[in-house]
Amino acid sequence: MSRLATEGAPADAAERDLPLLSRRRRRLSRRRVGSALAPYALVAPTAAIIGAVLAYPLYLLVRLSFQKYGLFELVRHQGKSIGLGNYTRIVHDHQFWTVLARTVAFTVVNVVLTIVLGTAIALLLTKLGRAMRLLLTTGLVLVWAMPPVVAVNVWRWMVDYEFGVANWTLTKLHVGNFLHYDWFANPWTGFGVITAVVVWGAIPFVAITVYAGLAQVPQELLEAARIDGARGWNVFREVTLPLLMPIFVILISLSIIWDFQVFIQVWIMLGNRPPSDYFLLSMYSFVESFRISEYGFGAAIAVVMVLVMFGATLVYIRQMVRTGEAT
Amino acid sequence: MSRRKLLARVGWNALGLAVFGVMVFPVYWMVATAFKPGHDILAYTPVWLPTSPTLGNFHDAMSRAYFWTDVKNSLIIVSAVVSLSLVIGFLAALALAKFRFYGRKAFIVLIIGVQMVPLTALIIPLYITLSRAHQVNTLTGVIIMYLTFVLPFTVWTLRGFIMGIPRDLEEAAMVDGATRFGAFARILLPLVGPGLVATSIFAFIQAWNEFIIAYVFLHDSDKQTLTVWLASFTTLRGTDWGPLMAGATLTALPVVTFFVLVQRKIAFGLTAGAVKA
Repeated sequence: MSRLATEGAPADAAERDLPLLSRRRRRLSRRRVGSALAPYALVAPTAAIIGAVLAYPLYLLVRLSFQKYGLFELVRHQGKSIGLGNYTRIVHDHQFWTVLARTVAFTVVNVVLTIVLGTAIALLLTKLGRAMRLLLTTGLVLVWAMPPVVAVNVWRWMVDYEFGVANWTLTKLHVGNFLHYDWFANPWTGFGVITAVVVWGAIPFVAITVYAGLAQVPQELLEAARIDGARGWNVFREVTLPLLMPIFVILISLSIIWDFQVFIQVWIMLGNRPPSDYFLLSMYSFVESFRISEYGFGAAIAVVMVLVMFGATLVYIRQMVRTGEAT
Repeated sequence: MSRRKLLARVGWNALGLAVFGVMVFPVYWMVATAFKPGHDILAYTPVWLPTSPTLGNFHDAMSRAYFWTDVKNSLIIVSAVVSLSLVIGFLAALALAKFRFYGRKAFIVLIIGVQMVPLTALIIPLYITLSRAHQVNTLTGVIIMYLTFVLPFTVWTLRGFIMGIPRDLEEAAMVDGATRFGAFARILLPLVGPGLVATSIFAFIQAWNEFIIAYVFLHDSDKQTLTVWLASFTTLRGTDWGPLMAGATLTALPVVTFFVLVQRKIAFGLTAGAVKA
């Protein structure tokens, strides 16, 4: 870096040389036409791929949602327009409202647990000695790196009704008799396990990011607050939290995005055929499409899902766009 | 007072150790189970340490039908996604970092918006489109789909890395007589190298871990990827836990290795812009 910087110095001197400057300027003006087109050429491949795999299918999704599109139509490659048919069916579909409520509740519980526990671990990290902090950080990174599919299978093994380590431990701890306890017989305990998998997998990202943010909070501010008489929780709420707000907006929004579309954790945990008690929106749309071949209805559910998600993360989108603009 | 402080430090460290234990236990249990013989796995009282370790489960997993085929498929998909996303994403990142142009804002919105669209919502129209183009059950179709989901992150992260390099460096080289391309190849490219490595490994992890698209679009066992292959351990008769944990360990190994290598850079890239805002 420093070597390159010193090479720049004589160039600055050369720029002050007038004849050279004018020649350079003429060259630049011809180059300017090329420059005007260059960014578009650079962006084109990315835009083309995103357009082909995303924008067009998204348009198709919306169009499908206004059509009757079953197996017959799939073979003929031609849907039949039924106007708002799929949407009126959604409004009157009792199962849809149940699934929507379940998905929202699931998202809220998971996001809150992830953020609270992640932040707690980040705060814990600041209290630890150097060696212990390194150990815990390494552990967090290890968990973060686990592929979701692998993680779900491991948890499925841990809560196995017969030989699962969880049942044995809980019984030994006298929490209750969990011998041969089937966690998935009851959706409440089943979702408890699924929540554990999701939150466990999501904590490391939140903890490490918040910890990085905490390290940037100026010590003087904390000290000033303490001198003014603020203690523990109040310092955190009045000084740290407002400073970390942009980070929390990102973390909460990303968590909403991820938890609202949870799919494989439920799907694999229940052996690729979850009963309808376990449907979340993503699964309901998936099953309606690929198991029942009601592609039009499935598409309509997916459209509703996209809209809900955009609404829930509007603050985040605005913040990110502003970041992109400012730089 | 200092005694109280010491006590507090010991208390916090003990809590830290407990949290570490709880978080890491599932990973430990996977590896431990993978090395245990069958009678230690199916034991009513858990065997906490693999006291009589065996490679039997790994042998079992690797000699299972389609393991090597699916390893090959995963590798083909991953290397195609990584190399393509790197080249294509770098170009777009260059445009965002170096030029102000009409439509720049729209492009940024697109890049960020893409990450909000749920995958499960897109699978339906993608499936219908690809079935029309007869691209269902081909690796090419899957590669292009993965590319779409990896590209936004690649562009956004690389943009950050490129902007971290002072503009003066390139301009200086150009004043010294280098062409625009020369300045790019000799100055920018070497400096942005670490960013390219970090981003490519992230793309690797995304493509390697993906399950839903591979599960829906690759029907034949000889076309599937490793994550889908893991499902073959569960049949109607039950699950083969030993070999499954061995297979899971094998699937996780490359990702964990690479992830630990680049985690710092990626975490930085994600939050760098945010803290400033």
